[in-house]
Amino acid sequence: MAGASPPILTLSQITKSFPGVRALDGVDLDVLPGEVHCLLGQNGAGKSTLIKVVSGAHRPDGGEIRWLGEPVRLGSPSAATRLGIATIYQELDLVEGLSVAENVHLGHETSTAGFLRRGAATAATARLLARLGHPEIAPDRLVGTLPAAGRQIVSMARALSHEVRLIVMDEPSAVLDPDEVANLFRIIEGLTAEGVAVVYISHRLEEIRRIGDRVTVLKDGRAVARGLPAGATPTREIVALMTGREADAAFPERPAAPGPAAGPAADPVLRVEGLARRGEFEPLDLTLRPGEIVGLAGLVGSGRSEILETIYGARRPTAGRVLVDGRPLRPGNVAAAVRAGLGLAPEERKAQGLFLLDSVARNVSVASLGRFARGGWLDRSAERAAARARARELSLRPDNPDAPVRTLSGGNQQKAVLARWLLRGCRVLLLDEPTRGVDVGARAELYALVRRLAAEGVAVLLVSSEIPEVLGLADRVLVLREGRVVHAADARELNEHRVLDLVMEGSPA
Amino acid sequence: MTQGATSEPASARQAGPAPAEPPGRARALGPGARAALGGPAGIHSLSLLGVLAVLAVIGAVTAPDQFLSTSNLQLILVQASVIGVVTVGMTFVIIGGGIDLSVGAIVALASVWCTTVATQEYGMAGMVFCALAVGLGCGLVNGLLIAYGPIVPFVATLAMLASARGFALQITDGRTQIVTVDSVLTLGDHDSYVLGVPPLVLFFAAVTAAGWVLLNRTTFGRRTVAIGGNPEAARLAGIPVRRQRLMLYALSGLCCGIAAFMLVVLSGSGQNTNGNLYELNAIAAAIIGGTVLSGGRGTIVGSVLGVLVFTTITNLFALNNLQTEVQQIAQGAIIVAAVLLQRRTHLAAP
Repeated sequence: MAGASPPILTLSQITKSFPGVRALDGVDLDVLPGEVHCLLGQNGAGKSTLIKVVSGAHRPDGGEIRWLGEPVRLGSPSAATRLGIATIYQELDLVEGLSVAENVHLGHETSTAGFLRRGAATAATARLLARLGHPEIAPDRLVGTLPAAGRQIVSMARALSHEVRLIVMDEPSAVLDPDEVANLFRIIEGLTAEGVAVVYISHRLEEIRRIGDRVTVLKDGRAVARGLPAGATPTREIVALMTGREADAAFPERPAAPGPAAGPAADPVLRVEGLARRGEFEPLDLTLRPGEIVGLAGLVGSGRSEILETIYGARRPTAGRVLVDGRPLRPGNVAAAVRAGLGLAPEERKAQGLFLLDSVARNVSVASLGRFARGGWLDRSAERAAARARARELSLRPDNPDAPVRTLSGGNQQKAVLARWLLRGCRVLLLDEPTRGVDVGARAELYALVRRLAAEGVAVLLVSSEIPEVLGLADRVLVLREGRVVHAADARELNEHRVLDLVMEGSPA
Repeated sequence: MTQGATSEPASARQAGPAPAEPPGRARALGPGARAALGGPAGIHSLSLLGVLAVLAVIGAVTAPDQFLSTSNLQLILVQASVIGVVTVGMTFVIIGGGIDLSVGAIVALASVWCTTVATQEYGMAGMVFCALAVGLGCGLVNGLLIAYGPIVPFVATLAMLASARGFALQITDGRTQIVTVDSVLTLGDHDSYVLGVPPLVLFFAAVTAAGWVLLNRTTFGRRTVAIGGNPEAARLAGIPVRRQRLMLYALSGLCCGIAAFMLVVLSGSGQNTNGNLYELNAIAAAIIGGTVLSGGRGTIVGSVLGVLVFTTITNLFALNNLQTEVQQIAQGAIIVAAVLLQRRTHLAAP
């Protein structure tokens, strides 16, 4: 796809600092017309800052940006838009209370003398959606009622509503199901055939192999490798570039035999009996023994997160009950579940799991405050010391309990959430997409940690969109489709294709 | 100024894990300086002290004989005390992610209820009990509506504002209820001053100290910050969010009850027009003091300094015979300036 044509966008020696952080330390990047240029790097490597420089959201401190060979200043997002640069952010920036058409034309509404021309906007939106392979999305539908994949399409339509020559996509596949990813790739191929350049960011190496032309690897604010062939570069080499070390088997060895506390002999710690929520998932039975890891595999919308949250009491079931050590939990009561020994690492880490303004120590101790309090009075040094000890145990970096948690990378933020439940001494850990937005190196650490907790007798219920993750970690796997368990088996008896088939078709044949 | 001086060590002690310091800046200053300043909140409080100092200089220059006189300083502090107690409660509510528009109306209702002829028959103890009970009761109603309704705080407390004012008018029928209990009246006299400090100011100091401890040293305070900073994360961490919300509005109501009694001492009467625009002044003082309206961040010391800044300005305008209109315009400008300053100190990091 990439011809001998000159680059459409060239960045040279871009630097950008924030107080205390040098986010970009002289980055070079060149993007050719019609290519898919993949940007790889661990969290904190500078990817987000770099794309914000390209989209005009951040002004670089130093360096040069050339557009079609001419030096330009991208002083604002609208300046970038005028040049033909569109960005689809990881956290989709759509207005939920507006319709699809209104979102697509937000900021450049078609109007006559200040009055909106709704008909024209609707027609234009319908054309864009059809071009994106989704003519079924009605332009007058409220964006708030669309599923994640639909919103992604709307974001894409918004990008294409401008005269666009370069699209930046920040982890577009993170919220998508496999078939939606396939559709995304079809769209990208259509765009590149028209000569549009795509800067594609993803943590998933297999996607980069499928769609990418060239790869630039960022590490610590520098480009450590530029323009590698996406198809031919060995995974080992890419991972080594990202982490600075050779990454081998990400999944720790499965223990040969379950520990003394675990195994079929032990009494189940968690028992779910006929638990259901109308419209979300059908009656579910499940037992979890100490030391056991059970995986829930299924597509987005198959009811996975809903099941976890209902077990945890964050949603009230319409039928069934949850028992811990044989005693039923009060339905719809998180505090009761936590007291009984449950802990949840939620899917949306920042929105549901963390107090971003607070320090690491406070984020870790928040579920165990009672332990450090006498009559409501907090022993803050004991609290901080205990939180720090747990954070160290998980080698959370930086090793500073006072660091604001929002400055941590995704993997370390997840460790802060896990440290919270470790400190609480939880016995049933519910993990919802534990490695979303977590880089390769930190993933391996998290996998090892989950295994270690299980070996110590913690029961783990794991939800993940990444089938290899479920198969690699779990002892037992329940495959979900449209709110129903369609298959349950030992993880060793399943493989990725089989689970995919089950997830898509639901037929155990 | 006494209040400003006593609150300074408090802000220094608060240093520890200050909620959100820009990492680079804190590191550049070194741990010592960081502890002394107490992060952005501490810097904010220091700048408010600076503003107070500037106001004092202006006062000393423009009204040299009056401003720095003992009686004027006592007056400023007494005036700051009533609204200050309300502001302490308001600070908790705002840090917890809410807002209480009903504080002025609750002060009015509590002040007239505790000054009815029937209540006054029970003496000072009966009046204090009545004021606190009415304040707490109104706060509990607010809290129940907001936590378990659930009704958004803005609407629930707006409804309370209307109802409590109406109730207060019904009790008084528009008349001023004169206090006849001597022990209450003497609390406002010069004779009851402790080392030159009026008892009302001591009440205020006690409420401030209790509020500071509650916010910074107890699980209650920590949970308040948590539900204001991220209610969903707080819920999923097992914090009883609704109960905490209920208690926050109850606390605000209780502070209104205390303030109502203080107002009765100050004016020697109860009127249904008491506490007019207290909601505006308390919210403004909290914002000037660095409390973030979206919740999750704020300090008691800052709010108290905010009250003192506001009251001192009012005093300066009165001493210089300037009109109230000008004064209100200036107050609006100060609120805007404080918020702009807050953005500078807090949003320096990415």
